[in-house]
Amino acid sequence: MVEVVERRMIVPNLHLLTVEAPEVAESALPGNFVILRPDALGERIPLTLADWDAAAGTVTSIFVQVGASTAKLARLKAGDQIPSYAGPLGNATEIERFGTVLLVGGCYGIGSIRPVAAALTAAGNRVVVIIEARSSYLLYWEDELRAVAEKVIVITRDGSRGYKGHVRRLAEILTLEGVQPDRVIAHGCTFQMMAVSRQTLPLGLKTIVSMNPIMIDGTGMCGVCRLTVAGKTRFACVDGPEFDGHEVDWEEFLARRESYGPEEVEPLHHSGCSSRF
Amino acid sequence: MSKVDYVRRPMPKQEPCERVRNFDEVALGYTAELAREEASRCLACKKPGCVQGCPVGIDIPGFIGLVAGGDFAAGIRTIKETNALPAVCGRVCPQEEQCEKECVLGKKGDPVAIGRLERFLADWEAEQGALQAPPLPAANGKRIAVIGSGPAGLTVAADLAVLGYEVTIFEALHEAGGVLTYGIPEFRMPKAIVSREVEYVQSLGVELRLDYVVGKTRTVDRLLESYDAAFVGAGAGLPWFLDIPGENLNGVYSANEYLTRCNLMRGYRFPAWDTPLKRASRVAVVGGGNVAMDSARTALRLGADEVHIVYRRSRDELPARAEEVENTEEEGVIFDFLTLPVRLIGDGRGWLAEIECRRMELGEPDSSGRRRPLEVPGSESRLRMDASICAIGNSPNPLIPMTTPGLDVGKRGNVIVDEATGLTSRERVWAGGDVVTGSATVISAMGAARRAGRSIHEKLMGGDEREAP
Repeated sequence: MVEVVERRMIVPNLHLLTVEAPEVAESALPGNFVILRPDALGERIPLTLADWDAAAGTVTSIFVQVGASTAKLARLKAGDQIPSYAGPLGNATEIERFGTVLLVGGCYGIGSIRPVAAALTAAGNRVVVIIEARSSYLLYWEDELRAVAEKVIVITRDGSRGYKGHVRRLAEILTLEGVQPDRVIAHGCTFQMMAVSRQTLPLGLKTIVSMNPIMIDGTGMCGVCRLTVAGKTRFACVDGPEFDGHEVDWEEFLARRESYGPEEVEPLHHSGCSSRF
Repeated sequence: MSKVDYVRRPMPKQEPCERVRNFDEVALGYTAELAREEASRCLACKKPGCVQGCPVGIDIPGFIGLVAGGDFAAGIRTIKETNALPAVCGRVCPQEEQCEKECVLGKKGDPVAIGRLERFLADWEAEQGALQAPPLPAANGKRIAVIGSGPAGLTVAADLAVLGYEVTIFEALHEAGGVLTYGIPEFRMPKAIVSREVEYVQSLGVELRLDYVVGKTRTVDRLLESYDAAFVGAGAGLPWFLDIPGENLNGVYSANEYLTRCNLMRGYRFPAWDTPLKRASRVAVVGGGNVAMDSARTALRLGADEVHIVYRRSRDELPARAEEVENTEEEGVIFDFLTLPVRLIGDGRGWLAEIECRRMELGEPDSSGRRRPLEVPGSESRLRMDASICAIGNSPNPLIPMTTPGLDVGKRGNVIVDEATGLTSRERVWAGGDVVTGSATVISAMGAARRAGRSIHEKLMGGDEREAP
C-alpha cells in the first residue's frame, strides 16, 4: 500500500502522479520505471519515473489516460491508497561525460527525460532538449527542463510554438540550431522514438531509446516484454528498458505492443499518436 | 495377519466434461472414510523406504498410522514437524518419483497414496478452523531476510521463525506464494490454500513485505546492513524459447506469461478483473512438464476448441507428474509426441497462423538417461494454430545475481551454492530453489530451503544440527 500525495492533470489527458514510496525514492535513478496497480483488480502498469525526492520519500511519474486502467489512475486523489507500487525497475540510463547530448521528449517522455537531463548536466555534458507535442497547450515542464539543460527546443505539430512539424524534422532542426550531438536519447511514444532513430541513423549518431512494451511482472519472469535488438531477443524489464534505437526491430515491436488492442486498455506509454503521420 | 491390500483407493475428482468448463479444483480429496481405508493399507515397514524417498524426510509411516487410527490432529502435527506446507506438497509433489516410488506395496500392486493422505490431513486441519501456530521460543535477536515467498522462501522462513529468528520475507509481486500463486493454476492449487499456508507462516511472526523487489528496491548488500543473513529464493527467471523463427509473433506466449496472466492477474475473470487473456481457439503447448500440462488445461478452460501438447520425445519421457498427464488426457488434450516445432508462421499481420513441425525418433540414451530425440529429415508438416505456448523451462531469476557483487553464478545464470548447506560464494548469503537449480519441483526447493535453514542456524547460533528442524 502506498499513499497518493498528488494526482493532477498537468495538460489535457496527461496526469502527474506523486506517491509516498521512500525506499523507491531512495534507490531511484534516471531511466528507471515502477510498476503499480491502481486497485485490487487492476493491471500491473509500468510508468517511467519523472521525478523523486529521497528526503521527502516521494516518487513522481507522468502518465497518459488512454483506457480503463489509466482512467482508474486518473481518478486518484491525494490521500488515496493504491495497493502496489514496486520499483525502481529496469537499468538506469548510462550517465557519462559524452560531450553534447541531445534529449528528445514527447508525451510522458517530456517528464521522464528531465531526470536524465539533470544527471547528464551534472556529469559535465552540454545538454540540449527537444520537446514535442501536437500543440503548445500539450507542453509542460519547459522551465524545469531549462533549469537542467543548456537549451530547450520546441516542436509542435500545428506550429503554435517553436518549430512546426514533427520530430521527423530532427536532422534539419539540428542543422538550423547548430547542434552536433555525440549521443541522442529519446523518451516518448513508440512512433516518436522510431522516428528519432530513423533520423539519426544516416547521421551516425548513437541513439538510445527507452522502450515501453507491455509488461506484467517487470522483474524478469514472464517474458512478455521481449523485443528483437540486433537480431537477438531481449527483455525490456531486465535487459533494458534502454536500447540502441538503430538496432531495434520497430515493426515487430509495434505489432507486439498492439497485440491486446481491443481487450486491453491500450498500453500506457502512448501519446495517442498513430502510424498515420 | 490380515491379507495385504494392493489396491489404492481412488480419489474423487470432478468429471472431465464438467471440469473443463470451470477453474475449480479438479481433485476433490479423500473423505475421512476413504483416507482411513487407504491408510490401513500401510504395512508400517521397520525400515521405511518412503521416508528415504522424501526430500524433507517426513515421518510417513508415523502420520499414516495416525490417519488409520482416526487421530487426524496428531497426524497433521507429525507432518508439520518436518513440512510447513502439507496442503501444497500433497497436491503438487511428484510422489510417484519420491516417497511412493519406495513403497513396498508398489512391487506387487499400488503403493500407498501418501500424497493424497498428506493432502487429506492438511485439508482436514483447515476445516477445523484457524491453523494452530506452535509455541514460539523467545526471540534470539538475529534477523533474517528471505527473498521470495515461494515454496523455498516460505519453508526457510517458517523453519527459522520457530527457532526464535526475526524473519522478513521480501516478495517482488503483489501476492505471496511465488510459483504457487502465479504459476500453478487454481484448478490444481487453489489460491485460498496458498493464502492459508502464507497466513500460517505469518502466524509464526514472519513479516511479509509485498511489492519489494530485492536487487532494485534495495540490494542484498543493503539488506545485510540490518539483517544477519539473507536467503535468496527468488525463483524462476526469463523463459526459454525454442530459438526458431517467428517466436515474437503475436499469439506466441511463454508459459510464464500465459499462466501469470491467468493465475496471478486472474485473466480468466477478465473483464471483471482488468488483465486480459486472449481466448484462442486452436492452441499448441510446447513441452512435456507440469507447466505444459497446466498451460494446456488452462487453454481448454478458456474455451479453446482444440489444444495440442507438442513434445519432442515420447509418452514415457514426459517429465510431468503422472496424475496430471492422466488428467490432461481425460480432458481431451491431443498429444503430438515425437514432434518438434521448427518454425512459427505468421498471418502477414503479425499474428501466429501455423506451426511447422518435424517428426522425431528416439536414438541412444543421452546424459539424462533418456533416449535422445533425433530429427527425421524431410518430415515437416504444419499445424494450424492461433496460439502457441512455450513451456520448455526458464533460467533462474537474474535480478539478484545482477545486483549482488561477488555472488557466483553458473553458465545458465544459476546461483552457485554448496549443496549440503545452500551457502553461496557470499558470506551470510544462502540460496535455494529454482534460482539455484533452474525449473525444478516445489518439494526440491523446500528441501534445499530446509538445508539452508539448518546451515543458517548453525552459522549464526553455533546451533547443533540435531536441534534444527
